[in-house]
Amino acid sequence: MRTFDYTQELPVVDGQPSAKAIDDVVSKPLDTKPGKVWKILITITSLMLLVGGGALVWTFYKGIGVWGNNQPVSWGFDIVNFVFWVGIGHAGTLISAILFLLRQRWRTGIARFAEAMTIFAVMCAGIFPAIHTGRAWLDGYLFPYPNANHIWVNFTSPLLWDVFAVSTYFTVSLVFWYIGLIPDFATLRDRTDNKLKKTIYTIFSLGWRHSTRHWQHYEKTYMILAGFATPLVLSVHTIVSFDFAVSVIPGWHTTIFPPYFVAGAVFSGFAMVQNVLIFVRQAFNMKHIITIKHLERMNQIIILVGTMVGYAYAMEFFIAWYSGNQFETFTFINRAFGPYAWAYWIMVSCNVILPQLFWSKKIRTTIVPMFIIGIIVNIGMWFERFVIIVTSLSRDFLPSSWGMYTPTIYDLGILMFSFGLFFTNVLIFVKTMPSVSISEVKAVVDGAQPSHRGGGHHE
Amino acid sequence: MLTERSRRIGEADIMNKKIYSIGGLFDTPDSIIHAAEEAVKEGYTKFDVNTPYPVHGMESAMKLKPSLIGLVTLFVGLSGAAFAFMFMYWVSVVDYPLIIGGKPFFSWPAFVPVTFEVTVLSAAVGTVAVMIAMFFKFPNNAHPLHDTNYMKHVSSDRFGLNVVAIDPLFDESKVKDFLSRAGAKDIEIFYEPERKPIRVFDPKFIGLLVVIATVTAGVTYFTLNKLLYMPPFTWMAEQDRLSSQSQNAMFTDGFGMRNPVEGTVARGFTPYEFKGQPDSVVRNLSNPLPFSKEVIDRGKMRFDTYCSPCHGYFGKGDSRLNGQFPNPPTLHSDKVRNWPDGNIYHVITNGQNVMPSYDKQITRDDRWAIIHYIRVLQRSLNAKDTDLETKK
Repeated sequence: MRTFDYTQELPVVDGQPSAKAIDDVVSKPLDTKPGKVWKILITITSLMLLVGGGALVWTFYKGIGVWGNNQPVSWGFDIVNFVFWVGIGHAGTLISAILFLLRQRWRTGIARFAEAMTIFAVMCAGIFPAIHTGRAWLDGYLFPYPNANHIWVNFTSPLLWDVFAVSTYFTVSLVFWYIGLIPDFATLRDRTDNKLKKTIYTIFSLGWRHSTRHWQHYEKTYMILAGFATPLVLSVHTIVSFDFAVSVIPGWHTTIFPPYFVAGAVFSGFAMVQNVLIFVRQAFNMKHIITIKHLERMNQIIILVGTMVGYAYAMEFFIAWYSGNQFETFTFINRAFGPYAWAYWIMVSCNVILPQLFWSKKIRTTIVPMFIIGIIVNIGMWFERFVIIVTSLSRDFLPSSWGMYTPTIYDLGILMFSFGLFFTNVLIFVKTMPSVSISEVKAVVDGAQPSHRGGGHHE
Repeated sequence: MLTERSRRIGEADIMNKKIYSIGGLFDTPDSIIHAAEEAVKEGYTKFDVNTPYPVHGMESAMKLKPSLIGLVTLFVGLSGAAFAFMFMYWVSVVDYPLIIGGKPFFSWPAFVPVTFEVTVLSAAVGTVAVMIAMFFKFPNNAHPLHDTNYMKHVSSDRFGLNVVAIDPLFDESKVKDFLSRAGAKDIEIFYEPERKPIRVFDPKFIGLLVVIATVTAGVTYFTLNKLLYMPPFTWMAEQDRLSSQSQNAMFTDGFGMRNPVEGTVARGFTPYEFKGQPDSVVRNLSNPLPFSKEVIDRGKMRFDTYCSPCHGYFGKGDSRLNGQFPNPPTLHSDKVRNWPDGNIYHVITNGQNVMPSYDKQITRDDRWAIIHYIRVLQRSLNAKDTDLETKK
């Protein structure tokens, strides 16, 4: 067996690139004309956006009657997609905030990207609650403001908590992301010769001077924001799970939901970040900054939270039997063997069984299999939300009011729209902003910190 | 080495410029830490170190006081929490109390999630806003260090130390000497930029403001007053139903509003016994309501609604209908004054000459209340001497 010196930290960036080299690598996608692959991809995602946007416009024009939602399944793709996208967002905050507080220095290479994905995912998520109200132009009423009708929102409703949680999450993620970008914008401002770029970077860098007197407050604020983002991210999916857990529908009314949802969110989010990172490091030649070790660690977290999700599935079944509640028992038997059993078994095999392949070191350090498993996990997690929402609603207490749910082409169109929006944003992001934090990566390169102060890696 | 800025200004001008600071560049983190320690030893207090990333130990090398930004977070966060909680209390208990799920109005556990979210939101946004605007005094793109060779390097791969001219020990040659002793390369002098007056009253700027204001007002007006009344925004309002006070082709008489079917008897009511008979047969009908202020107020309201269009607000027969109907006679005539209450009730219920029956529109009690009010109107024009006495 290999011996390992645990007193030394591993280098988080391969080799010892100079600060200038890091600038060059990170800003290369910003300084070069888009390549062929990028153009093809943005064409595809824009088409998804456009065609899916047609479904969205038709929904606005005709109303949500064009969707498959019905009675009893009054929540369909709209809420499935909402929970799915909010979940995707969680990985970003986990990487940028929780791993920051845990002093996991390997996060620096991927944090910026993960934060951007959080913001785009929450944007996608936000579409669905906004449009499922039917008349999206009246959504201002979701917020408590003194209106002419002299009525207020219901502060005891989880749906209202959701409005606060998701909008807070989006705002704080955006602020956190922007704060991280300020020094990088300053670096870009000082290296570009292009007048337009210079103006844009000057505006967004706010006049940052890399002053230690500023770094001091900056670092403290960054830590405070990380400290707030950590409970925030846990609260967001907890509150999303309250949308279900606070109701009395069998299969929803369980106390396991908050941790179960948070674990599922991190699970799907990590899979998505891993997928997109593989694409970025491949496309922009950042293999030494986003190393295979990063991806391996992400895969380790995927197997951890995936197993937690598997535990939750098992525990739901156990409680359904142990509670002796016939409706609860029926709901779970119905999930596994009822008309939606196909969705249930897709969920179990994608989320619990296939990720176990990551126990093999070879699989979790090889690009192609890990990419495929990442996609599979996200398919599984989408189906998890589908199973939870649709099976519980379609068959609850009274057999006389049972009904089936079939999505229409407009449901699928809007789902495609959200994917188009997400990937278009990702593609625009990697070409317009530093997708790796320049200042943070410079700070963790070997030899970047004063030698007598214990920073960095010693051979 | 000449900077871009100094090249722009020209050598001759430089001589008249005020010095902002003198700075030099260092190559390694060790050397910049060492330089910062030396600057402190030298007694400089107004100096700054610029590094492309935060260098560990620099704060203690520069002898900086710990950042107090956390206090801002504490204050803003607690304010947000208190505001959110008290606001929800006020909404749910004071302004708009609603019983939800049989819970008390003040269900504080349900207020926890929103309180938490508002705390996080206000603390995060507040801290960042205060840091940028008050701690950093940003945005500041006119700072003397911008667009210099020094800034180009500290932005990327080197470390800079600059001593600012406001330092009490500042002396151009001594600082230069100190920097070269500390190992700095590329020592550079930074000059204060010329302050250009801010031209708020520039016609172009005012023109821009006018254009922005016009466009904003126009778009807002169009959205709120026009757009929201166009399809599909009006589709909720387009319904197949009868609207009150409007025509409807469904009925032969064209009225949208309907009367009860002839002969309908409301539950608990006896039909009016003299219906359709001349008023000479009416007897034994006396006003059941007391002659009180409430009844008279009610009667005035009903009279003004149903009677005044023809009879006038004071019963003088001065119709407001511009001759569309023949004016009715005054209610102050001896004939009407001497009628018993039952006779007036009969006319309201049954109609008389051109006047239709009002028994469908006005309830029985309201009719009697109107009669009391008519008596008040009549008395006002024919007061008795005793009225003056009671006034005493």
